[in-house]
Amino acid sequence: MNVGRFSGVLIPLLAVVLGILVGSIVMLVSGYNPIEGYSALLYGAFGDPYYIGETIRQVTPYILAGLAVAFAFRTGLFNIGVEGQLLVGWLAAVWVGVSFELPKVIHLPLAILAAAAAGALWAFIPGILKARFKVHEVIVTIMMNYIALHVTNAIIRSVLSDKGFKSEKVHESASLRSDFLQSITDYSTLHYGIIISLIGAVVMWFLLEKTTKGYELRAVGFNQHASHYAGMNVNQNIVLAMVISGAFAGVAGAMEGLGTFENISVKGGFTGVGFDGIAVALLGGNTAIGVVLAAILFGSLKIGALEMPSSAGVPVELVDIIIALIIFFVASSYLIRLILTRLKKEGK
Amino acid sequence: MDYVIEMLNIRKEFGSFVANDNITLQVKKGEIHALLGENGAGKSTLMNVLFGLYQPEGGEIRVKGESVKITDPNVANDLGIGMVHQHFMLVDTFSVTENIILGSEPKKGGKIDIKKAEADVRALSEQYGLAVDPTAKISDISVGMQQRVEILKTLYRGAEILIFDEPTAVLTPQEIQELIQIMKALVNEGKSIILITHKLKEIMEVCDRVTVIRRGKGIGTLNVSDTNPTELAELMVGREVKFTTDKEEAKPTEPVLEIQNLVVKDARHINTVDGLNLTVRAGEIVGIAGVDGNGQSELIEAITGLRKAESGSIKLNGKELINLSPRKITETGVGHIPQDRHKHGLVLDFPIGENMVLQTYYQEPFSKNGILNFNQIYDKARKLIEEYDVRTPDEYTKARALSGGNQQKAIIGREVDRNPDLLIAAQPTRGLDVGAIEFIHKRLIEQRDQGKAVLLLSFELDEVMNVSDRIAVIYEGKIVAIVDSKETTEQELGLLMAGSKKKEAGVTS
Repeated sequence: MNVGRFSGVLIPLLAVVLGILVGSIVMLVSGYNPIEGYSALLYGAFGDPYYIGETIRQVTPYILAGLAVAFAFRTGLFNIGVEGQLLVGWLAAVWVGVSFELPKVIHLPLAILAAAAAGALWAFIPGILKARFKVHEVIVTIMMNYIALHVTNAIIRSVLSDKGFKSEKVHESASLRSDFLQSITDYSTLHYGIIISLIGAVVMWFLLEKTTKGYELRAVGFNQHASHYAGMNVNQNIVLAMVISGAFAGVAGAMEGLGTFENISVKGGFTGVGFDGIAVALLGGNTAIGVVLAAILFGSLKIGALEMPSSAGVPVELVDIIIALIIFFVASSYLIRLILTRLKKEGK
Repeated sequence: MDYVIEMLNIRKEFGSFVANDNITLQVKKGEIHALLGENGAGKSTLMNVLFGLYQPEGGEIRVKGESVKITDPNVANDLGIGMVHQHFMLVDTFSVTENIILGSEPKKGGKIDIKKAEADVRALSEQYGLAVDPTAKISDISVGMQQRVEILKTLYRGAEILIFDEPTAVLTPQEIQELIQIMKALVNEGKSIILITHKLKEIMEVCDRVTVIRRGKGIGTLNVSDTNPTELAELMVGREVKFTTDKEEAKPTEPVLEIQNLVVKDARHINTVDGLNLTVRAGEIVGIAGVDGNGQSELIEAITGLRKAESGSIKLNGKELINLSPRKITETGVGHIPQDRHKHGLVLDFPIGENMVLQTYYQEPFSKNGILNFNQIYDKARKLIEEYDVRTPDEYTKARALSGGNQQKAIIGREVDRNPDLLIAAQPTRGLDVGAIEFIHKRLIEQRDQGKAVLLLSFELDEVMNVSDRIAVIYEGKIVAIVDSKETTEQELGLLMAGSKKKEAGVTS
């Protein structure tokens, strides 16, 4: 076995397996049957068309949030602000969705672009602060999350509703919902957003790996000094990287606003999708294809978990523990690498 | 015979690769023993075996005549073997004493007895003439001082045999002289030293005996007094090596680079380059000689656009370059082999192939309409790797995985291939072995012969004198003298570099 070559795939896979194994132990210790528990989880995620539809719907924003984090990561930035960028994107999409009446071919793209622009703008602020004044983007993006949460809430109350707690439903012409997708999935909330998120994955791959701009962004991410020496504009690339990352996050918000909910309501706290995006990117090794696969896993766990309390009596909190365990094992990939190397040595 | 260390027929394999092929190394008590070999010859592997980091597949190690098994570095420590690493292993935010006692702290009632530790460190420092302040913070002291802390660390642990891994690679010429004194003091106090190096001059100056290894094989052990640098270089490289680079007389023509009244501030806002004038003509190599810190780095950064100049003029073929962006300057026809190849020269996590187009990726044929053409990029990379003898498994290997010499050859290939009118080479051979140095010098002279202007910055006087046609001496941010490299001497340059006037220097030389 060549550890070096396959470690990119092997380590996340082993992390997942280890997470599931330790999850079983936790279930056993708490007096639940892990086989029943995991069967319920599997059934809840893929058991019938309705569940499959719900799972795909949940995967959609995870892919885009994961791409947002991964894109920033690849360019040397740590975007913790995906949650906030997602919220402003959601708001912008709904705002455009309820304010205009246009033909669908214009209205829907316009609403999605508005979401991308809002997310990009929200990420531009930490980007420019980092480029200009060397303010660390982690701190600024965390703060921007709170600003996003409260600003969107205030706008929903004062502008998008009359002191209510949610906006109106977006016009049909801006909706991602589809009767066809709903009919084949037994009336789940599945919508066309999954296509957009898969396009997003292709866009990220193409941009980073195939274009001169992607070459610059990656070079700046690895070594700013060498990039400067080579004649690249380091500061411009930092801002651009944040803006693109924010645009992905904004589109993730549009998926919720135009697809899943078709409106936006006042939030008591964060949606968590943006933060889960960090785990998705990490598990996916910050590559486009990896993010898609990791998002499928996270979406399945999230939706499948809903079935666990009713059919296996396992509390939903346990699923959060299993997800946490998987992230833990991914983060400690060094440990797994070490064990693999040891095994390889002894096997020789 | 009275050997303190005997490594007999040591064999170390990594998979199918034999790093040490039955090498024998015997070190006498109280001697400085050089271990000489090119980069990648197996010196470090052999020393890591001695230090317990690797287990050999065959052979025997004896310490003071007794056969031992060194299973890890702690065993090596207990046997009195200490290693002064090339890359220091120090905690920057700790004091000298705290670093030295780390791992073997003297305790009093559950607390570290820092007073006693400081006294011990001071006593050791005085005994060997190291002049280290035990209370200073590591981040506040010079690289040379940090190295002494590493030496003290081994002495504090009672080392009798000290291994120095390429100790002079990071030091200035003055610091090297001081280190040589320290090594002699250590030997006088009864210690034995193994010096890993590929610098022949140091061996001739300080060592008693030398063991040469080449491509994993022991070539032999000689008394330094019975040999000479030419013989050692041949043994090390396996073929004849020339020290003085053969070159025709320079035929300089038009000025290419003209610098007038250049003023550049450094990070502390001091005018490190202070009204500098310099001209480099097509078809000549101008070397810059000077003590480190007299504005050399700032001068080069200003020419290449990496640092803002305050005032003055930098003209390339009559075109003003001052404070243009690095890209504009590159496009105008400047090639730059940077002083710090890891910081500026390469994106270490990129494949070596992608590093070959670091300045040209946006131009055809490497990209079109913003889309990269990897076929063209890797074709170019393969061509350069072949032409410049860059030893790498393939062009997709990360630059990080290459040895320093091969990284440098890749950079030189890239810069020369862009065919710049002015090639700036800043310390192009730092840390490289004689084979690679010879190669790089040849390439620089080739550029000159093709009618390009070459500006060479080096802290090795030998290199400046050997390769340059004219030598510009820099002192306190000004070019204080320009001498013909054939007519000057090391003494004259040394005096000029220290700030004496040309006439005075002429009289004393």
